[in-house]
Amino acid sequence: MNQTARRTALYDEHRKLGGRMVEFGGFEMPVQYAGVLKEHDAVRKRAGLFDLSHMGQFRLSGERVAEWADTLTTNAVATMKPLQARYNLFCNERGGTHDDTIFYRLADDRWLLVVNASNAEKMWSIVSGHPGGVHAENRHGEDALVAIQGPMSVAMLQPHVDVDLASMRYYFCEQTEVEGIPAVIARTGYTGEDGFELFVDGAYASNVWNALLRAHARDGLEPCGLGARDVLRLEAGMPLYGHELTEEITPLQGGQAWAVKLSKPQFIGREALAEQTQRDEHPRIAGILMSGRAPAREGYAVFLAERRVGEIRSGSFAPSVDGGANIATALLERDAATVGTALVVEIRGARHDAHVVPLPFYKRSR
Amino acid sequence: MAQPEQLLYSKEHEWVRIEGDHAVVGITEYAQHSLGDIVYVELPKVGTHVRQFTNIGVVESVKAVSDLFTPISGEVVQINDALETDPAAVNRDPYGDGWFLRLKLADTSEQKNLLNARDYEKLVAE
Repeated sequence: MNQTARRTALYDEHRKLGGRMVEFGGFEMPVQYAGVLKEHDAVRKRAGLFDLSHMGQFRLSGERVAEWADTLTTNAVATMKPLQARYNLFCNERGGTHDDTIFYRLADDRWLLVVNASNAEKMWSIVSGHPGGVHAENRHGEDALVAIQGPMSVAMLQPHVDVDLASMRYYFCEQTEVEGIPAVIARTGYTGEDGFELFVDGAYASNVWNALLRAHARDGLEPCGLGARDVLRLEAGMPLYGHELTEEITPLQGGQAWAVKLSKPQFIGREALAEQTQRDEHPRIAGILMSGRAPAREGYAVFLAERRVGEIRSGSFAPSVDGGANIATALLERDAATVGTALVVEIRGARHDAHVVPLPFYKRSR
Repeated sequence: MAQPEQLLYSKEHEWVRIEGDHAVVGITEYAQHSLGDIVYVELPKVGTHVRQFTNIGVVESVKAVSDLFTPISGEVVQINDALETDPAAVNRDPYGDGWFLRLKLADTSEQKNLLNARDYEKLVAE
């Protein structure tokens, strides 16, 4: 274990629960407890509990946050209503992605910005390096984030909060309390299921975590690690920074064109992204379904007939796809990325059949 | 963790059961537990000659690919085809249904390079 890896406020709870700890984004995080498949199953059928306190949390305040953020990001910020949440991306001048994030508008002039753990330092220097009259506070590692995800999330969380969860809209939040502890509760997540993310002061994180587990473990609430989280997000077609988005892969290439508002007059990367849209020649992320039992993994080469057309960016066994199948994302040349295209993935020197399928791989029934 | 006494073990967490001039090979309880949910096993073809402690295939969990080493030399005479459709058998029953392959032994003296159950228990306890 990296000597300098930090610990979240829930580290002791992970150890007590038998969590297998790995270094991720500078923190010692549980990759699994009972097992990836069991945890995945809990989230799809009941609910899972996740510690996401390694993610970066920045508190932003001031009258001009929306205008300021609109010049730094691809998606619209000023049109957000109080208590609304919105996915957004920060790009470099070439259109490549600094990070994908979520903005939460807690009040007219108070915001929460959540960034990826692996990008937290870079993002803090970007946010604090563009002052523009905005007050920014870095709460990375101070504030905790606990997520409950799965079809039973409303039922399991409701007894612990005063707000009516069923009437809360997707991608909205409330400033309230959980177990009497001040919290922001957001109906957001990264699993393709209904669920909530709970932002609380790290000092109280274990109160929230243990109250939920104590009350609902017998109904099937499972603590879930990063392993299950990655399978869940891949099935749901959601990008993971470093895989489907990088400083070299633009949001358009990464399948996030819906969050790029070229109608905004100016933002960092706009020109490059406008040109990429216009030309429409760029390699792009596509969903891949393997025909056989060998999983595709990051870095494997992808061929269209004999021509190398790209590489795998994420790959996993996916229990929720076709009753159990191997899925992947690949960054492919444009003509190879059309749904239905038959491809070959090279695995340890052998050719394995695959084809392009629409994203997401998995969609919950509502 | 107690280990079946009739088996021999490698430091790479494979087990060997000697049956006359044949050997049956698999991975240990400790190995299957460390790997987590196994979703794919790639084994050498029948007829392949494999050399002790060399890489002969892969075992993949949901998230990771791990190399598989043979604890002993020989010619592959049978592989466990059932693992193709049910790789989770390795997790459920690593010393039984989850066996990997059967070898015709090339060199019985190689067994001295392997650990007995007690020494393997010490290794995994470290």
